[in-house]
Amino acid sequence: MDWQPLILTFQLALVTTVILLLLAIPLANWLATSKSRLKPIIETLVSMPLVLPPTVLGFYFLIAFSPNNVFGSWLNDWLGIRLVFSFGGLVIASVIYSLPFMVHPIQSGLATLPNSIKEAAFVMGKSKTATLIKIQLPNIKPALLTGIVLAFAHTVGEFGVVLMIGGSIPGKTKVASIAIYDQVEALNYSAANFYSIVLFIITFAILLSVYLINGGYIKRFLR
Amino acid sequence: MISIQIEKKLDGAEGVMNLQLHLSIQKGQFVTLYGDSGAGKTSTLRMLAGLMNPDKGKISVFDKTWFDSSNGINLKPQLRNIGFVFQDYALFPHLTVAENLQFALKDKQNQLLVDQLIDMMELDHFKNTKPEKLSGGQKQRVALARALAQQPEILLLDEPLSALDLKTRLKLQEYLLKAHQEFELTTGLISHDIGEINKLSNKVFVLEKGQLKKEGTPSEVFIDQNISGKFKFKGEVLKIEREEVVYIVSVLIQNEIVKVIARKEEIETIEVGDQVVVASKAFNPVIYKITH
Repeated sequence: MDWQPLILTFQLALVTTVILLLLAIPLANWLATSKSRLKPIIETLVSMPLVLPPTVLGFYFLIAFSPNNVFGSWLNDWLGIRLVFSFGGLVIASVIYSLPFMVHPIQSGLATLPNSIKEAAFVMGKSKTATLIKIQLPNIKPALLTGIVLAFAHTVGEFGVVLMIGGSIPGKTKVASIAIYDQVEALNYSAANFYSIVLFIITFAILLSVYLINGGYIKRFLR
Repeated sequence: MISIQIEKKLDGAEGVMNLQLHLSIQKGQFVTLYGDSGAGKTSTLRMLAGLMNPDKGKISVFDKTWFDSSNGINLKPQLRNIGFVFQDYALFPHLTVAENLQFALKDKQNQLLVDQLIDMMELDHFKNTKPEKLSGGQKQRVALARALAQQPEILLLDEPLSALDLKTRLKLQEYLLKAHQEFELTTGLISHDIGEINKLSNKVFVLEKGQLKKEGTPSEVFIDQNISGKFKFKGEVLKIEREEVVYIVSVLIQNEIVKVIARKEEIETIEVGDQVVVASKAFNPVIYKITH
Protein backbone atom coordinates (compact mmCIF):
# COMPACT_ATOMS: atom_id res chain seq x y z
CA MET A 1 0.00 0.00 0.00
CA ASP A 2 1.22 3.51 -0.86
CA TRP A 3 1.62 5.54 2.32
CA GLN A 4 2.99 8.57 0.49
CA PRO A 5 -0.33 10.51 0.25
CA LEU A 6 -1.00 10.04 3.96
CA ILE A 7 2.50 11.17 4.96
CA LEU A 8 2.21 14.16 2.68
CA THR A 9 -1.16 15.03 4.20
CA PHE A 10 0.24 15.15 7.71
CA GLN A 11 3.38 17.02 6.60
CA LEU A 12 1.18 19.65 5.01
CA ALA A 13 -1.07 19.85 8.07
CA LEU A 14 1.90 20.16 10.42
CA VAL A 15 3.68 22.91 8.45
CA THR A 16 0.41 24.76 7.95
CA THR A 17 -0.48 24.58 11.65
CA VAL A 18 2.92 25.89 12.79
CA ILE A 19 2.76 28.82 10.37
CA LEU A 20 -0.86 29.51 11.31
CA LEU A 21 -0.08 29.56 15.02
CA LEU A 22 2.64 32.18 14.57
CA LEU A 23 0.41 34.20 12.28
CA ALA A 24 -2.86 33.85 14.17
CA ILE A 25 -1.68 34.89 17.65
CA PRO A 26 -0.82 38.49 16.73
CA LEU A 27 -3.79 38.69 14.38
CA ALA A 28 -6.24 37.35 16.97
CA ASN A 29 -4.78 39.67 19.60
CA TRP A 30 -5.28 42.63 17.29
CA LEU A 31 -8.85 41.57 16.53
CA ALA A 32 -9.59 41.04 20.23
CA THR A 33 -8.41 44.50 21.26
CA SER A 34 -8.62 46.79 18.25
CA LYS A 35 -11.20 49.53 17.89
CA SER A 36 -10.03 50.31 14.37
CA ARG A 37 -12.55 50.97 11.63
CA LEU A 38 -10.74 48.38 9.52
CA LYS A 39 -11.57 45.65 12.03
CA PRO A 40 -14.90 44.49 10.53
CA ILE A 41 -13.27 44.19 7.12
CA ILE A 42 -10.34 42.15 8.45
CA GLU A 43 -12.73 39.98 10.47
CA THR A 44 -14.79 39.34 7.34
CA LEU A 45 -11.73 38.41 5.32
CA VAL A 46 -10.54 36.03 8.03
CA SER A 47 -13.95 34.33 8.10
CA MET A 48 -14.42 34.14 4.31
CA PRO A 49 -12.88 30.65 3.97
CA LEU A 50 -15.68 29.35 6.22
CA VAL A 51 -18.37 30.10 3.65
CA LEU A 52 -16.59 30.36 0.32
CA PRO A 53 -16.48 27.15 -1.72
CA PRO A 54 -12.88 25.89 -1.52
CA THR A 55 -12.81 25.76 -5.29
CA VAL A 56 -13.29 29.53 -5.46
CA LEU A 57 -10.27 30.00 -3.23
CA GLY A 58 -8.29 27.46 -5.23
CA PHE A 59 -9.29 29.06 -8.49
CA TYR A 60 -8.02 32.49 -7.46
CA PHE A 61 -4.80 31.04 -6.08
CA LEU A 62 -4.32 29.28 -9.37
CA ILE A 63 -4.80 32.53 -11.25
CA ALA A 64 -2.62 34.55 -8.86
CA PHE A 65 0.26 32.08 -8.67
CA SER A 66 0.29 31.26 -12.36
CA PRO A 67 3.58 32.28 -13.99
CA ASN A 68 1.52 33.83 -16.77
CA ASN A 69 0.31 36.53 -14.39
CA VAL A 70 2.04 39.52 -12.79
CA PHE A 71 2.34 38.18 -9.26
CA GLY A 72 3.17 34.64 -10.32
CA SER A 73 5.79 35.70 -12.83
CA TRP A 74 7.32 38.10 -10.30
CA LEU A 75 7.67 35.24 -7.82
CA ASN A 76 9.10 33.06 -10.55
CA ASP A 77 11.58 35.61 -11.92
CA TRP A 78 12.76 37.25 -8.74
CA LEU A 79 12.54 34.57 -6.10
CA GLY A 80 12.56 31.49 -8.26
CA ILE A 81 9.45 30.25 -6.49
CA ARG A 82 6.74 28.50 -8.39
CA LEU A 83 3.66 28.08 -6.27
CA VAL A 84 1.34 26.41 -8.73
CA PHE A 85 1.40 22.62 -8.47
CA SER A 86 3.99 22.68 -5.68
CA PHE A 87 4.09 21.90 -1.96
CA GLY A 88 4.84 25.55 -1.14
CA GLY A 89 1.70 26.62 -2.96
CA LEU A 90 -0.32 24.05 -1.03
CA VAL A 91 1.02 25.40 2.26
CA ILE A 92 0.10 28.99 1.44
CA ALA A 93 -3.35 28.02 0.23
CA SER A 94 -3.91 25.84 3.33
CA VAL A 95 -2.84 28.65 5.64
CA ILE A 96 -5.46 30.95 4.15
CA TYR A 97 -8.05 28.17 4.00
CA SER A 98 -7.66 27.18 7.68
CA LEU A 99 -7.05 30.69 9.01
CA PRO A 100 -10.48 31.13 10.70
CA PHE A 101 -10.14 27.81 12.50
CA MET A 102 -7.01 29.05 14.25
CA VAL A 103 -7.92 32.73 14.66
CA HIS A 104 -11.46 32.38 16.03
CA PRO A 105 -10.73 30.25 19.13
CA ILE A 106 -7.69 32.33 20.06
CA GLN A 107 -9.57 35.58 19.50
CA SER A 108 -12.51 34.56 21.68
CA GLY A 109 -10.13 33.13 24.28
CA LEU A 110 -8.30 36.44 24.55
CA ALA A 111 -11.55 38.41 24.57
CA THR A 112 -12.95 36.47 27.51
CA LEU A 113 -9.93 37.11 29.75
CA PRO A 114 -10.71 39.96 32.14
CA ASN A 115 -9.09 43.21 31.08
CA SER A 116 -7.76 43.80 34.57
CA ILE A 117 -5.28 40.91 34.24
CA LYS A 118 -3.68 42.61 31.28
CA GLU A 119 -3.76 45.99 32.97
CA ALA A 120 -2.22 44.56 36.12
CA ALA A 121 0.77 43.43 34.03
CA PHE A 122 0.98 46.83 32.33
CA VAL A 123 1.17 48.76 35.59
CA MET A 124 3.92 46.35 36.66
CA GLY A 125 5.92 47.71 33.75
CA LYS A 126 5.48 44.74 31.41
CA SER A 127 5.22 45.47 27.70
CA LYS A 128 2.25 44.39 25.61
CA THR A 129 4.26 41.57 24.03
CA ALA A 130 5.57 40.30 27.36
CA THR A 131 2.05 40.43 28.79
CA LEU A 132 0.69 38.49 25.83
CA ILE A 133 3.32 35.78 26.06
CA LYS A 134 3.66 35.44 29.82
CA ILE A 135 0.16 36.22 31.05
CA GLN A 136 -2.52 36.06 28.38
CA LEU A 137 -1.49 33.03 26.33
CA PRO A 138 -0.81 30.72 29.30
CA ASN A 139 -4.34 31.48 30.49
CA ILE A 140 -6.03 30.50 27.24
CA LYS A 141 -4.37 27.11 26.76
CA PRO A 142 -7.67 25.36 25.95
CA ALA A 143 -8.38 27.93 23.23
CA LEU A 144 -4.87 27.52 21.82
CA LEU A 145 -5.24 23.75 21.79
CA THR A 146 -8.64 24.01 20.10
CA GLY A 147 -7.19 26.34 17.45
CA ILE A 148 -4.18 24.10 16.79
CA VAL A 149 -6.23 20.95 16.49
CA LEU A 150 -9.03 22.43 14.42
CA ALA A 151 -6.55 24.00 12.01
CA PHE A 152 -4.63 20.74 11.76
CA ALA A 153 -7.72 18.60 11.26
CA HIS A 154 -9.23 21.05 8.79
CA THR A 155 -6.05 21.00 6.72
CA VAL A 156 -6.06 17.21 6.75
CA GLY A 157 -9.60 17.34 5.41
CA GLU A 158 -9.19 19.89 2.64
CA PHE A 159 -9.90 18.83 -0.91
CA GLY A 160 -11.14 21.54 -3.24
CA VAL A 161 -8.32 24.01 -2.71
CA VAL A 162 -5.68 21.32 -3.01
CA LEU A 163 -7.22 19.91 -6.13
CA MET A 164 -7.30 23.29 -7.83
CA ILE A 165 -3.83 24.52 -6.96
CA GLY A 166 -1.92 21.32 -6.35
CA GLY A 167 -3.23 18.91 -8.86
CA SER A 168 -2.26 15.37 -8.07
CA ILE A 169 1.50 15.03 -8.34
CA PRO A 170 2.62 11.96 -6.35
CA GLY A 171 4.97 12.87 -3.48
CA LYS A 172 4.51 16.61 -4.11
CA THR A 173 0.87 17.54 -4.02
CA LYS A 174 -1.06 14.29 -3.95
CA VAL A 175 -2.51 14.33 -0.44
CA ALA A 176 -4.78 11.62 0.96
CA SER A 177 -8.08 13.30 0.09
CA ILE A 178 -6.99 13.59 -3.54
CA ALA A 179 -5.70 10.03 -3.54
CA ILE A 180 -9.10 8.79 -2.39
CA TYR A 181 -10.77 10.65 -5.24
CA ASP A 182 -8.27 9.25 -7.75
CA GLN A 183 -8.74 5.69 -6.51
CA VAL A 184 -12.52 5.93 -6.66
CA GLU A 185 -12.31 7.28 -10.20
CA ALA A 186 -10.14 4.27 -11.06
CA LEU A 187 -12.77 2.04 -9.39
CA ASN A 188 -10.10 0.90 -6.95
CA TYR A 189 -12.38 0.86 -3.91
CA SER A 190 -10.16 -1.07 -1.53
CA ALA A 191 -7.34 1.51 -1.79
CA ALA A 192 -9.87 4.32 -1.38
CA ASN A 193 -11.21 2.57 1.67
CA PHE A 194 -7.70 2.23 3.13
CA TYR A 195 -6.99 5.99 2.90
CA SER A 196 -10.47 6.80 4.11
CA ILE A 197 -10.37 4.62 7.16
CA VAL A 198 -6.92 5.87 8.19
CA LEU A 199 -8.11 9.49 7.91
CA PHE A 200 -11.29 8.63 9.78
CA ILE A 201 -9.47 7.01 12.69
CA ILE A 202 -6.77 9.63 13.01
CA THR A 203 -9.12 12.64 12.89
CA PHE A 204 -11.45 10.94 15.35
CA ALA A 205 -8.54 10.35 17.73
CA ILE A 206 -7.29 13.93 17.42
CA LEU A 207 -10.68 15.52 18.08
CA LEU A 208 -11.48 13.12 20.89
CA SER A 209 -8.23 13.99 22.66
CA VAL A 210 -9.08 17.69 22.46
CA TYR A 211 -12.46 17.17 24.04
CA LEU A 212 -10.92 14.95 26.70
CA ILE A 213 -8.23 17.47 27.57
CA ASN A 214 -10.38 20.62 27.40
CA GLY A 215 -13.22 18.91 29.24
CA GLY A 216 -10.88 18.15 32.13
CA TYR A 217 -11.45 14.37 31.87
CA ILE A 218 -7.75 13.58 31.71
CA LYS A 219 -7.01 15.71 34.77
CA ARG A 220 -9.78 13.97 36.71
CA PHE A 221 -8.49 10.60 35.62
CA LEU A 222 -4.94 11.35 36.73
CA ARG A 223 -5.99 12.55 40.14
CA MET B 1 3.07 66.58 45.19
CA ILE B 2 0.59 64.96 42.85
CA SER B 3 -1.51 67.37 40.89
CA ILE B 4 -4.45 66.12 38.86
CA GLN B 5 -6.36 68.45 36.61
CA ILE B 6 -8.50 66.44 34.26
CA GLU B 7 -11.59 66.53 32.10
CA LYS B 8 -13.20 63.47 30.61
CA LYS B 9 -16.56 62.65 29.07
CA LEU B 10 -17.70 59.35 30.51
CA ASP B 11 -20.44 57.14 29.14
CA GLY B 12 -22.26 55.84 32.17
CA ALA B 13 -25.51 54.08 32.95
CA GLU B 14 -27.22 57.43 33.38
CA GLY B 15 -26.00 58.91 30.12
CA VAL B 16 -22.95 61.01 29.45
CA MET B 17 -21.23 62.51 32.47
CA ASN B 18 -18.61 65.19 32.49
CA LEU B 19 -15.80 64.35 34.85
CA GLN B 20 -14.01 67.54 35.79
CA LEU B 21 -11.59 67.36 38.66
CA HIS B 22 -8.81 69.32 40.21
CA LEU B 23 -7.09 67.40 42.99
CA SER B 24 -3.81 67.84 44.72
CA ILE B 25 -2.26 65.24 46.97
CA GLN B 26 0.81 65.59 49.17
CA LYS B 27 3.55 63.00 49.15
CA GLY B 28 2.96 60.38 51.83
CA GLN B 29 -0.73 61.12 52.23
CA PHE B 30 -3.38 58.45 52.46
CA VAL B 31 -6.22 59.76 50.35
CA THR B 32 -9.70 58.35 49.91
CA LEU B 33 -12.11 58.95 47.05
CA TYR B 34 -15.65 58.77 48.34
CA GLY B 35 -18.93 59.03 46.48
CA ASP B 36 -21.82 57.20 44.89
CA SER B 37 -21.12 54.58 42.27
CA GLY B 38 -20.85 56.23 38.90
CA ALA B 39 -19.39 59.41 40.41
CA GLY B 40 -16.11 58.87 38.52
CA LYS B 41 -13.90 57.47 41.28
CA THR B 42 -12.60 54.44 39.41
CA SER B 43 -12.08 56.49 36.25
CA THR B 44 -10.00 58.98 38.23
CA LEU B 45 -7.73 56.23 39.56
CA ARG B 46 -7.45 54.69 36.11
CA MET B 47 -6.45 58.00 34.57
CA LEU B 48 -3.80 58.51 37.21
CA ALA B 49 -2.46 55.00 36.47
CA GLY B 50 -2.51 55.64 32.72
CA LEU B 51 -5.08 52.93 32.01
CA MET B 52 -7.51 55.53 30.68
CA ASN B 53 -6.74 58.77 28.89
CA PRO B 54 -8.31 62.05 29.96
CA ASP B 55 -9.79 64.19 27.17
CA LYS B 56 -8.07 67.27 28.45
CA GLY B 57 -5.87 68.34 31.31
CA LYS B 58 -2.64 67.74 33.10
CA ILE B 59 -1.33 65.20 35.57
CA SER B 60 1.99 65.79 37.26
CA VAL B 61 3.51 63.59 39.92
CA PHE B 62 6.42 64.62 42.11
CA ASP B 63 7.51 67.34 39.62
CA LYS B 64 7.27 65.03 36.61
CA THR B 65 4.59 65.52 33.98
CA TRP B 66 2.76 62.27 33.25
CA PHE B 67 0.01 63.66 31.11
CA ASP B 68 -0.43 66.98 29.38
CA SER B 69 -3.00 67.28 26.62
CA SER B 70 -1.67 70.70 25.54
CA ASN B 71 1.63 69.25 24.34
CA GLY B 72 0.76 65.63 23.82
CA ILE B 73 2.61 64.13 26.78
CA ASN B 74 1.15 60.80 27.87
CA LEU B 75 3.42 58.54 29.87
CA LYS B 76 2.66 54.85 29.36
CA PRO B 77 1.29 52.97 32.39
CA GLN B 78 4.43 50.80 32.26
CA LEU B 79 6.57 53.83 33.12
CA ARG B 80 4.44 55.33 35.90
CA ASN B 81 5.40 52.82 38.58
CA ILE B 82 2.04 52.66 40.25
CA GLY B 83 0.92 49.76 42.36
CA PHE B 84 -2.71 49.06 41.50
CA VAL B 85 -5.04 46.79 43.41
CA PHE B 86 -8.01 45.99 41.20
CA GLN B 87 -11.54 45.47 42.43
CA ASP B 88 -11.55 41.92 41.04
CA TYR B 89 -7.98 41.39 42.37
CA ALA B 90 -6.69 40.54 38.85
CA LEU B 91 -4.40 37.79 40.10
CA PHE B 92 -2.75 35.78 37.36
CA PRO B 93 -4.64 32.47 37.45
CA HIS B 94 -1.84 30.31 36.03
CA LEU B 95 0.76 31.44 38.58
CA THR B 96 1.06 30.50 42.24
CA VAL B 97 0.93 33.15 44.94
CA ALA B 98 4.73 33.37 45.10
CA GLU B 99 4.99 33.49 41.30
CA ASN B 100 2.38 36.25 41.16
CA LEU B 101 4.61 38.30 43.43
CA GLN B 102 7.78 37.41 41.56
CA PHE B 103 6.22 38.50 38.28
CA ALA B 104 5.72 41.98 39.72
CA LEU B 105 9.33 42.35 40.83
CA LYS B 106 11.31 44.97 39.00
CA ASP B 107 14.55 43.36 39.99
CA LYS B 108 14.12 39.63 39.38
CA GLN B 109 16.80 38.81 41.93
CA ASN B 110 15.00 40.43 44.81
CA GLN B 111 13.61 37.22 46.32
CA LEU B 112 14.09 38.81 49.73
CA LEU B 113 11.29 41.29 49.11
CA VAL B 114 8.94 38.50 48.05
CA ASP B 115 9.71 36.61 51.25
CA GLN B 116 9.25 39.75 53.30
CA LEU B 117 5.86 40.49 51.74
CA ILE B 118 4.67 36.91 52.07
CA ASP B 119 5.66 37.11 55.70
CA MET B 120 4.07 40.51 56.26
CA MET B 121 0.74 39.51 54.67
CA GLU B 122 0.85 36.10 56.40
CA LEU B 123 0.69 34.22 53.12
CA ASP B 124 3.27 31.58 53.92
CA HIS B 125 0.64 28.82 53.95
CA PHE B 126 -0.55 29.54 50.42
CA LYS B 127 2.81 30.38 48.85
CA ASN B 128 2.51 27.58 46.29
CA THR B 129 -1.25 27.73 45.83
CA LYS B 130 -2.97 28.97 42.69
CA PRO B 131 -5.37 31.92 43.17
CA GLU B 132 -8.55 29.95 42.40
CA LYS B 133 -8.17 28.02 45.65
CA LEU B 134 -7.97 31.15 47.82
CA SER B 135 -10.75 32.92 49.70
CA GLY B 136 -11.64 36.55 48.98
CA GLY B 137 -9.59 37.90 51.86
CA GLN B 138 -6.58 35.80 50.93
CA LYS B 139 -6.79 36.91 47.31
CA GLN B 140 -6.96 40.47 48.51
CA ARG B 141 -3.78 40.05 50.55
CA VAL B 142 -2.01 38.54 47.56
CA ALA B 143 -3.17 41.43 45.36
CA LEU B 144 -1.87 43.91 47.92
CA ALA B 145 1.43 42.06 48.35
CA ARG B 146 1.85 41.86 44.59
CA ALA B 147 1.25 45.59 44.17
CA LEU B 148 3.91 46.23 46.83
CA ALA B 149 6.37 43.82 45.19
CA GLN B 150 6.93 46.25 42.35
CA GLN B 151 8.05 48.83 44.91
CA PRO B 152 5.77 51.61 43.75
CA GLU B 153 5.81 55.18 44.98
CA ILE B 154 2.06 55.38 44.64
CA LEU B 155 -0.43 52.69 45.61
CA LEU B 156 -3.96 52.82 44.22
CA LEU B 157 -6.76 50.61 45.50
CA ASP B 158 -10.12 50.34 43.78
CA GLU B 159 -12.62 49.34 46.49
CA PRO B 160 -10.37 46.56 47.66
CA LEU B 161 -12.29 45.60 50.77
CA SER B 162 -15.90 46.04 49.74
CA ALA B 163 -16.52 42.36 48.99
CA LEU B 164 -15.15 41.08 52.30
CA ASP B 165 -16.83 40.36 55.60
CA LEU B 166 -16.33 42.72 58.51
CA LYS B 167 -13.69 40.71 60.36
CA THR B 168 -11.53 40.16 57.29
CA ARG B 169 -11.98 43.79 56.38
CA LEU B 170 -10.72 45.03 59.74
CA LYS B 171 -7.68 42.77 59.47
CA LEU B 172 -6.90 43.96 55.96
CA GLN B 173 -7.19 47.56 57.03
CA GLU B 174 -4.34 46.84 59.44
CA TYR B 175 -2.24 45.33 56.64
CA LEU B 176 -2.96 48.29 54.45
CA LEU B 177 -2.00 50.82 57.08
CA LYS B 178 1.17 48.89 57.84
CA ALA B 179 2.14 48.77 54.19
CA HIS B 180 1.44 52.47 53.72
CA GLN B 181 3.73 53.39 56.58
CA GLU B 182 6.45 50.81 56.07
CA PHE B 183 6.96 51.48 52.36
CA GLU B 184 6.44 55.26 52.66
CA LEU B 185 3.73 55.21 50.05
CA THR B 186 1.36 57.78 48.78
CA THR B 187 -1.89 55.87 48.76
CA GLY B 188 -5.19 56.44 46.98
CA LEU B 189 -8.18 54.38 48.06
CA ILE B 190 -11.75 54.14 46.87
CA SER B 191 -14.06 53.32 49.74
CA HIS B 192 -17.70 53.60 50.78
CA ASP B 193 -17.10 52.71 54.38
CA ILE B 194 -16.87 55.79 56.59
CA GLY B 195 -15.36 53.83 59.47
CA GLU B 196 -12.68 52.51 57.20
CA ILE B 197 -11.96 55.96 55.80
CA ASN B 198 -11.67 57.42 59.29
CA LYS B 199 -9.25 54.73 60.30
CA LEU B 200 -7.01 54.81 57.25
CA SER B 201 -6.92 58.09 55.46
CA ASN B 202 -5.91 61.62 56.25
CA LYS B 203 -7.66 63.22 53.34
CA VAL B 204 -10.99 62.61 51.66
CA PHE B 205 -12.26 63.79 48.30
CA VAL B 206 -16.01 63.52 47.95
CA LEU B 207 -17.03 63.14 44.31
CA GLU B 208 -20.49 63.71 42.99
CA LYS B 209 -21.37 63.24 39.33
CA GLY B 210 -17.80 63.82 38.24
CA GLN B 211 -17.27 66.96 40.29
CA LEU B 212 -15.35 67.50 43.51
CA LYS B 213 -18.03 68.17 46.10
CA LYS B 214 -15.98 68.46 49.24
CA GLU B 215 -12.46 67.80 50.51
CA GLY B 216 -10.75 67.65 53.87
CA THR B 217 -9.80 65.34 56.68
CA PRO B 218 -12.30 62.53 57.38
CA SER B 219 -13.58 64.27 60.48
CA GLU B 220 -14.04 67.54 58.63
CA VAL B 221 -15.94 65.81 55.88
CA PHE B 222 -18.00 63.29 57.77
CA ILE B 223 -18.33 64.33 61.38
CA ASP B 224 -18.14 68.07 61.88
CA GLN B 225 -20.81 68.71 59.31
CA ASN B 226 -23.82 67.86 61.41
CA ILE B 227 -22.85 67.98 65.03
CA SER B 228 -25.96 68.76 67.00
CA GLY B 229 -25.05 67.16 70.28
CA LYS B 230 -27.70 64.54 69.72
CA PHE B 231 -27.54 60.82 69.11
CA LYS B 232 -28.68 60.40 65.57
CA PHE B 233 -28.29 57.47 63.21
CA LYS B 234 -29.62 56.71 59.78
CA GLY B 235 -31.01 53.26 59.13
CA GLU B 236 -33.46 51.12 57.25
CA VAL B 237 -36.69 49.73 58.71
CA LEU B 238 -36.67 45.92 58.63
CA LYS B 239 -39.76 45.00 60.62
CA ILE B 240 -42.64 46.62 62.51
CA GLU B 241 -44.31 44.54 65.25
CA ARG B 242 -47.19 45.34 67.52
CA GLU B 243 -46.60 44.65 71.19
CA GLU B 244 -49.59 45.47 73.42
CA VAL B 245 -50.03 49.22 73.11
CA VAL B 246 -46.71 50.09 71.53
CA TYR B 247 -44.92 49.08 68.37
CA ILE B 248 -41.41 47.68 68.07
CA VAL B 249 -39.53 48.79 64.99
CA SER B 250 -36.39 46.87 63.96
CA VAL B 251 -33.96 49.19 62.23
CA LEU B 252 -30.75 48.24 60.47
CA ILE B 253 -28.09 50.79 61.36
CA GLN B 254 -24.78 50.02 59.65
CA ASN B 255 -24.36 46.34 60.49
CA GLU B 256 -26.43 46.27 63.64
CA ILE B 257 -30.13 45.66 64.08
CA VAL B 258 -31.60 47.99 66.67
CA LYS B 259 -35.06 47.72 68.20
CA VAL B 260 -36.87 50.97 68.86
CA ILE B 261 -40.18 51.48 70.58
CA ALA B 262 -42.64 53.63 68.71
CA ARG B 263 -46.13 54.99 69.25
CA LYS B 264 -49.04 54.40 66.89
CA GLU B 265 -48.85 57.96 65.51
CA GLU B 266 -45.18 57.49 64.67
CA ILE B 267 -45.81 54.22 62.87
CA GLU B 268 -48.46 55.64 60.58
CA THR B 269 -45.97 57.26 58.24
CA ILE B 270 -43.36 54.49 58.35
CA GLU B 271 -43.26 51.35 56.28
CA VAL B 272 -40.83 48.45 56.07
CA GLY B 273 -37.92 49.45 53.80
CA ASP B 274 -38.11 53.16 54.65
CA GLN B 275 -34.94 55.08 55.42
CA VAL B 276 -35.31 56.58 58.87
CA VAL B 277 -33.39 58.57 61.45
CA VAL B 278 -33.16 57.20 64.96
CA ALA B 279 -32.37 59.97 67.41
CA SER B 280 -32.53 60.49 71.12
CA LYS B 281 -33.35 63.87 72.55
CA ALA B 282 -33.73 64.00 76.23
CA PHE B 283 -31.53 61.54 78.05
CA ASN B 284 -27.85 60.75 78.10
CA PRO B 285 -26.80 57.56 76.32
CA VAL B 286 -24.75 55.01 78.17
CA ILE B 287 -21.20 54.54 76.95
CA TYR B 288 -18.89 51.70 77.84
CA LYS B 289 -15.80 50.03 76.42
CA ILE B 290 -16.16 46.85 74.40
CA THR B 291 -14.00 44.10 75.83
CA HIS B 292 -13.27 40.87 74.04
